[in-house]
Amino acid sequence: MSLHAIAPDEHDTHEPYLPVFVGARRTELDELLTRYPTKMAALLPALWMVQEDRGWVSSEGMDEVASVLELTPAYVKGVVTFYTMYHQHPVGKHFVQVCTTTPCNVCGAEDVVNAFLRETKCGELGVTSADGRFTVVEVECLGACGFATPVMVNDALVECVSVDSVQDLVAGLD
Amino acid sequence: MGYPHPSHPRETPVISKYFGDAEARTLAGWQARGGYEVLREALATDPVEVQNVVKESGLRGRGGAGFPTGVKWSFMKPDGKTHYLCINADESEPGTFKDRELMRWTPHQLVEGTAVAAHAIYAETAYIYIRGEYTEPIARVREAVREAYAAGILGANAMGSGKRVDVHVHKGAGAYICGEETALMNSLEGRRGNPRIKPPFPAVAGLFAKPTTINNVETVCAAVHVLRNGADWYKSLSSPTNPKSTGTKLFSVCGNVARPGNYEVGMGFSMKEFLWDVCGGPPSGRTFKAIIPGGSSVPILTPEECEGAVMDYEGIQAAGSLLGSGGVICFDDTQDMVRQIARLARFYAHESCAQCTQCREGTAWTTKILERIRDGQGTMKDLDTLLEIADNMTGKTICVLSDSCATPVVSGLKKFRHEFEAKIPKNRSSVMVPSFATAAA
Amino acid sequence: MVTLTIEGRTVVVPPGTNLIEAAKTAGVLIPHYCYHPSLPVAGVCRMCLVEVEKFPKLTPACATTVGDGQVVHVHSDKARDARKGVLEFLLINHPLDCPICDQAGECELQDYTFAEGRKDSRYMEPKRFNPMEDFGGDVLYVPNRCILCTRCVRFMDVMAKDPVLNVSERGDRAYIGKFEGSDLTHAWAGNVVDLCPVGALLSKDFLNRARAWELDRAASVCPSCSQGCNVMLETRDNVVVRIRPRANVAVNQHFACDVGRMNYRWINRRDRLEYPVVRTEQGLSAASWSEAVQRAAAAISGAARVTMLASPSLSNETLFLLGRIASHVGASSVMTIERGHEAPLVGAKDLSLRAERAANHTGAELFGFTEFAAPLDALASGDVLIVADAAVTTVPPGVSVVVIGTLLDQALAAHVVAALPICNFAEEDGTFTNLRGRVQRFLQAKAAPAQTRPSYRVAGDLATALGAGSFPPLAADIFASIATTVPAFTGMTYRTLGLQGAPLPLLAETTA
Repeated sequence: MSLHAIAPDEHDTHEPYLPVFVGARRTELDELLTRYPTKMAALLPALWMVQEDRGWVSSEGMDEVASVLELTPAYVKGVVTFYTMYHQHPVGKHFVQVCTTTPCNVCGAEDVVNAFLRETKCGELGVTSADGRFTVVEVECLGACGFATPVMVNDALVECVSVDSVQDLVAGLD
Repeated sequence: MGYPHPSHPRETPVISKYFGDAEARTLAGWQARGGYEVLREALATDPVEVQNVVKESGLRGRGGAGFPTGVKWSFMKPDGKTHYLCINADESEPGTFKDRELMRWTPHQLVEGTAVAAHAIYAETAYIYIRGEYTEPIARVREAVREAYAAGILGANAMGSGKRVDVHVHKGAGAYICGEETALMNSLEGRRGNPRIKPPFPAVAGLFAKPTTINNVETVCAAVHVLRNGADWYKSLSSPTNPKSTGTKLFSVCGNVARPGNYEVGMGFSMKEFLWDVCGGPPSGRTFKAIIPGGSSVPILTPEECEGAVMDYEGIQAAGSLLGSGGVICFDDTQDMVRQIARLARFYAHESCAQCTQCREGTAWTTKILERIRDGQGTMKDLDTLLEIADNMTGKTICVLSDSCATPVVSGLKKFRHEFEAKIPKNRSSVMVPSFATAAA
Repeated sequence: MVTLTIEGRTVVVPPGTNLIEAAKTAGVLIPHYCYHPSLPVAGVCRMCLVEVEKFPKLTPACATTVGDGQVVHVHSDKARDARKGVLEFLLINHPLDCPICDQAGECELQDYTFAEGRKDSRYMEPKRFNPMEDFGGDVLYVPNRCILCTRCVRFMDVMAKDPVLNVSERGDRAYIGKFEGSDLTHAWAGNVVDLCPVGALLSKDFLNRARAWELDRAASVCPSCSQGCNVMLETRDNVVVRIRPRANVAVNQHFACDVGRMNYRWINRRDRLEYPVVRTEQGLSAASWSEAVQRAAAAISGAARVTMLASPSLSNETLFLLGRIASHVGASSVMTIERGHEAPLVGAKDLSLRAERAANHTGAELFGFTEFAAPLDALASGDVLIVADAAVTTVPPGVSVVVIGTLLDQALAAHVVAALPICNFAEEDGTFTNLRGRVQRFLQAKAAPAQTRPSYRVAGDLATALGAGSFPPLAADIFASIATTVPAFTGMTYRTLGLQGAPLPLLAETTA
């Protein structure tokens, strides 16, 4: 019952990690730190910055965050693995999240999931498509139950997705 | 209003009045609609007076617990310590989507309510914790906060009152459990979203170990109107027969229903009229089979049980469930209750924080058994086991996620036992062949 | 003080005491896993749920403080059912590893299940599986057995202040994790193995060495440094296989450092000085005890100058007697103290691996021994050097050596006139004085090999042979003699020391 994207091949290499907290991002982090009485409280926002800039939170990313916030990398990792939204591996260009919790489930959400798996050619949940464009996952309640089936593509929420609208939706994604 | 549908004439739109109105999002738009006058007056009023008005109004926490808001605020004393206000915008209870709408249509209503509440509890700093998936609400609320700071409404000298009110938006990262107030505080502090043991209670030692109040989005939005129009006015919005539940409630209606959406009605509204008239009843050609009236953690009701029910805290309790978050999930006659209850259990298993033994293991075990029954591999003994597991999971943990997983199992078996039994093969012996050993697996 | 009733017994304890500790005072054990007196309360295992009358729900005893008039039931039906439920939940994914698990026999999951758990399993689903992981240092992690009590995480965080362990993932996918590259190499990390109630955290050193029920245990004191951590020496068939900490709030709470833990193999060495040896025309040969003692005494009496070099890890009893010998013959009494790095357990008060790698340098000082950097440089031909269990490899030519020790270094052999074999600390009784002046007893843990004798007995016999008086053979009586003749130890007895020790009286006064 994994909640995270499935890791790509063990031997998959990724680009060398470039530090995030330099320049404007460093300034942003410094401002952020003034909002809380502890450095630790800036952890979730700092991890968001890493994910926004690098697409996912790698071990190097966790290391950098740990060092700027004076935490141990093990501590940071414990936090990262708790929250489902931090990607611990690279994901497709379009990260498709379909809500399948009960209120959406009764409105056909599972058919929507299958439609996405077909149209994106991912075939399997959590696995990035061969062309690297799509990863499809099931997520828990997105808080848009009245707009079933809600689907998030990266940060954008698409309301009222039906089996019929999936094809056009996917076609519209580069 | 019944957004995205037009307002139903039987609604009482107060906090949801501007859903769909793009202008209301901006500072200018909100001010044109009377915004921030309440805050101006509140800042010039002694916090105890503000607390008293809200107490008198009978407003109760709209996140799910229903604790009297004014009383909660009155736990915070002028003790010279740093106080914190947390706004719980982590809305993740399946079936609930009201705070999303409140934030994306009336972010200034939230900002104003937050500032008012902060003042009422002697806090200079408020954090609005919004779940990470709520991209649009986060953007709207951030923009509203920015506008408010630029206009001097927030900051070191809020509205020229000489008082400091700081509001920060804090983005979550995907965890239902962070809607539990102590888990929210842990998450804000940069920790895993684990609920805390109580005592200490947040009002004594909460965020960063300081006295803290946590309020739901809907609650502080309602408080603005309470203070604008008075306690008596708020009480007048609801049915007079039950003075314990006052004002309006924004119900999120979803699932198999003709007009899903958010509806604001006075407390004490007839559930029959609500479901079959205001919300349009079941989809065309179908009938209701089950209704969960308050988010997935409350007992399932049959349509018959709903017909006589009254929609307020005491009324839904009398009908055998709870008002909870007000997320009304509708199941029609084509739905497979076993499948859906299994899916609910899976939700809780995904979201368990892993601290308490009963929850960590029990949610997963329950899910596995239910899925096995769903897939035709169950036994009659499993039904007994499920109920015993549910009992072992209830009343024994740090927070009630464990209890919440047990609830649909217990009420589902009570009211839809025939559906479970129908899936159990008749000619199976009581000795189970494990599913991983069957050829088909 | 607060008065309450636990299982029908009246309990009176200070306010703020939690129910687990309060119950202990009444002899009632409230089963628990995640609670530990030296760690912050977590309240997560839910094993300690008890019924308190008038409380709406069962309450975790570790997180509930005593209240006047509370009536607590630990063995009511509700509390028992709750525990049975917890045990069932813990066992559904727990592998039936007892036959191959080191923890068997000292496992709290076994113990409580045997006492109160279900007799069968009704779990029909596949069990969760995660592979074993090497955490670095001496620690192996077996996730399948882990009950997520988080004692290990809290220990590394709060006591060691080196948070290299975390809880990873959530729900039933959770496990104890770490970050690649940061291992459990902290000096006190081995304690997580003791803290683990089950066989999820294991010592690599002890892996598969012995079954818990095969072990004999003796209360002792770690000799590796001057902290004096209280330990248990655990032996199997007369071989020390494990050292584990023993609780002593005043010294080491519940902990021992990895240096002390791992430093036990030398206790079992077989290349010992096993019988008395004297110099003959043919070289060194075995002799009787009386002959060897006489030869040693003769060499010492006939020497122009005598130097006594003693190990600062000998016991108070032995060093006292060696000191008597030294003053009787006018010998200078010296010692060298080996030093290493300090490694404090930051979260505890005054607890550290100490730089002085000696069990009893404080005691040695009290008995007249002085530290010298190079004590043998002053030796000249014709001198006699008494080496009492100290490491010496070279002496100037013409120096005769009397050995009182466990080993006979071949490099010294040419100088030796007599060698008297003694027991090591695990083979005799005695006391050490730690760096804070706390005098603590250690008990014999294994049989003395061959013809070795307790070190204080040998010192006593030699003192008698030198005419310095006669001394009792038992450690307790020698200690009684110390108490009457050495002012620092006034009034102390083995009985008052017990197994937790006591501070030297003068020190106790000044710190009181």
